Amino acid sequence: MPHDSHDHDHTEPPSDLALRVKALETALTRKGYVDPAAVDAVVDTFETKVGPRNGAAVVAKAWTDPEFKQRLLDDASAACTELGFSGQQGEQLKAVENTDDVHNMVVCTLCSCYPWPVLGLPPSWYKSHAYRSRAVIEPRAVLEEFGVSIPEDKEVRVWDSTAELRYLVLPARPADTDDLSEEALAELVTRDAMIGTGVVQA
Amino acid sequence: MSEPQSFADFLPKSVSEPIFEEPWQAQAFALTVTVHQRGLFTWDEWATCLSEEIAADKASDGPVDGSNYYALWLATLERLVDEKGAASGDELVALKDAWRENYIATPHGQPVPEPEQ
Repeated sequence: MPHDSHDHDHTEPPSDLALRVKALETALTRKGYVDPAAVDAVVDTFETKVGPRNGAAVVAKAWTDPEFKQRLLDDASAACTELGFSGQQGEQLKAVENTDDVHNMVVCTLCSCYPWPVLGLPPSWYKSHAYRSRAVIEPRAVLEEFGVSIPEDKEVRVWDSTAELRYLVLPARPADTDDLSEEALAELVTRDAMIGTGVVQA
Repeated sequence: MSEPQSFADFLPKSVSEPIFEEPWQAQAFALTVTVHQRGLFTWDEWATCLSEEIAADKASDGPVDGSNYYALWLATLERLVDEKGAASGDELVALKDAWRENYIATPHGQPVPEPEQ
């Protein structure tokens, strides 16, 4: 078989990584571990339905409904399930609130555990060695690089995620937003604010 | 311990940054979620194994920007699938080679058939 890239009697194989994934899917399907339709459904869910918008809806509700906020801080997994966002891996979710005295940020130093049901999949920098190692050692310097300056008299708390416990930062509601609806507030909430590497601005 | 690198190099371009850079990454992720739901391994086993792959990669001077994250994810899945007896490493290599041969043997534009059992 000639490997001339300009002839049309063959199909260019995908990358080695992509072929390894195809091999896995074929083997696991044949052995009954996987239904290809279920795999496609998971891809669709994470690409289109899950994502930071879920977390933003949780935050906006907490800002406008004090009773929901209390339930969120008491048991974030249960509170998010109320809104239809529940975990697939059985992990617990904890919400940590930014206040006048405390700024929270989230990292996973070991791998990159992340609260998927509310934030979707992690951004590339969250998975980097640099973020994972530096967030704990010098959180203020890391925050500065994200454009977030925390005053010296404010405590920075860094939460290290695990397979069993993930964190969601409840950012501070920006000033002068009293007239905004819950939906309009949700639009202001960024993914980074819920990781703690950003703040919400009106 | 600290790595002299600026986050500016890999800050997300926008909040709507795509979560997967290539389709195979989404497939590898979804396969993992699916076989986990079938009970092939616990999430704790997954996290432990992935942490080991990432630590080994760091020890061998892998990229620090997380760009090979899903490659490590894929290696973790292959390892767990082998360890749990679902499919051996040899089996997966044979299937991969068979898929590649089928691509090369299929005229452009036609569906590539699955390797024969």
